[in-house]
Amino acid sequence: LVLHEDTRKIYMNEPTKKLRFQTAIMPHIDSAFNLARWLTRGHQDAEDIVQESYLSAYNYFDGFRGEDGRVWLLGIVRNTFYTWYQKGKVNNQHTQYEEELHSLNEVADEPNSSNPERILIQKDSQRLLQQAMRELPIEFREVMVMRELENLSYKQIAEIIQIPIGTVMSRIGRGRKQLAAILTEKNGSAK
Amino acid sequence: MNHQEAIILLPAYVDKELSLSESVDLEMHLNSCDECKREYDEQLQMSILIKNMARNYEPTQEFIQNLGMKLSLEPNKVQPIKLPKRFMELNWFNTWGNKGLVFASFLAIVWSTSLFLTLPTAQEKFTEELVASHVRSLEVDHLSDVISTDQHTVKPWFIGKLDYSPPIVDLASIDYPIEGGRLDYINSKAVAVVVYRHNKHPINLYIWPSNNKESDMQEVTKNGYKLVHWVTDYMSYWAISDLDSEKLLAFSRSIEVRVKESQKS
Repeated sequence: LVLHEDTRKIYMNEPTKKLRFQTAIMPHIDSAFNLARWLTRGHQDAEDIVQESYLSAYNYFDGFRGEDGRVWLLGIVRNTFYTWYQKGKVNNQHTQYEEELHSLNEVADEPNSSNPERILIQKDSQRLLQQAMRELPIEFREVMVMRELENLSYKQIAEIIQIPIGTVMSRIGRGRKQLAAILTEKNGSAK
Repeated sequence: MNHQEAIILLPAYVDKELSLSESVDLEMHLNSCDECKREYDEQLQMSILIKNMARNYEPTQEFIQNLGMKLSLEPNKVQPIKLPKRFMELNWFNTWGNKGLVFASFLAIVWSTSLFLTLPTAQEKFTEELVASHVRSLEVDHLSDVISTDQHTVKPWFIGKLDYSPPIVDLASIDYPIEGGRLDYINSKAVAVVVYRHNKHPINLYIWPSNNKESDMQEVTKNGYKLVHWVTDYMSYWAISDLDSEKLLAFSRSIEVRVKESQKS
């Protein structure tokens, strides 16, 4: 909240559209990419969506009145993704976990995990969770990412998706339950 | 609140999105409903699990620079904000090396009925419980059962309610006055809580017996609250507050020093 107020002040003081865009929207590129990457299967798709989102964001920027820049941008990222998705442009059929596998080498690189056996088990469970999240239907996956990874409030999520707050609540609740069910099932089949 | 309403509102309760009155209503139901308790546990555990083990993807620097160029922005100004996205990430992990514990809770979910059930989710659950207890004490306006700024009133109040006598230290002289005391239940055990206040910020100090004689001071951040833990003379102390860590550490050291002094005399 504090950050938002500050952003707004800085934003109001910037003289040109370009500078305003830079202060209000560019800093949220991490959030935009994270959401796009979780919605899509591949790094390239995510980059394409973020790029297109930023180009539209810049075009529509005259309509931005200094409200929550991250919410505004993530709404555009989401719309861009769904437009792609409906056109079948996104490589969503293509199931591949190579990147997930690859990424796990970075994740477990922590000074504390010096025990090789533990690293291995940890990597395994991280991969399991990663895959389970990927198996969630998109409408649940997106709220989980917004809530748990982006730490957005129900109100912010409601604004991004344009649904009532009550629907946000039930999707988050059901999303967590489904994820728990997928994990249990995965464990059963792994044995 | 009836069961149907409670079940619907549980996710929002876990996410601290409910109003004060809704939270209180829900807690009243939760205390008496096993199904809701299980549901609450599941929601909370999954939330913690995702926050700690799912991945945040980051764009490459090259991509950010290229995008800046496409929008013809000044390259040096295009920098993403690095916010601590996960609430437990920094202190919690680094200070305690706690990935293993989070991982243990992961196992508990996945292999919930098998041998992994006994793995220690203890520490994790425990701080969770402390924070929840702290938050509850603020929300339902139930900071103190005995209200007194006098250590000599607070100390005897605990006698007969606990099987140990918590050391009570007066810190009013350095602007941390005692407000009172209460009993709380942590890990299904009754424990002493001494309530202090510093510039309108309440501090809950939990005290109970420990098997260890002493320990160093450790600091944890959880859900935005600071927790400081240490052991002095077989008593375990946990201080929790929304104060900044410097002040809470200063408070904790003062308590520690005075407890030691009072033993000498």
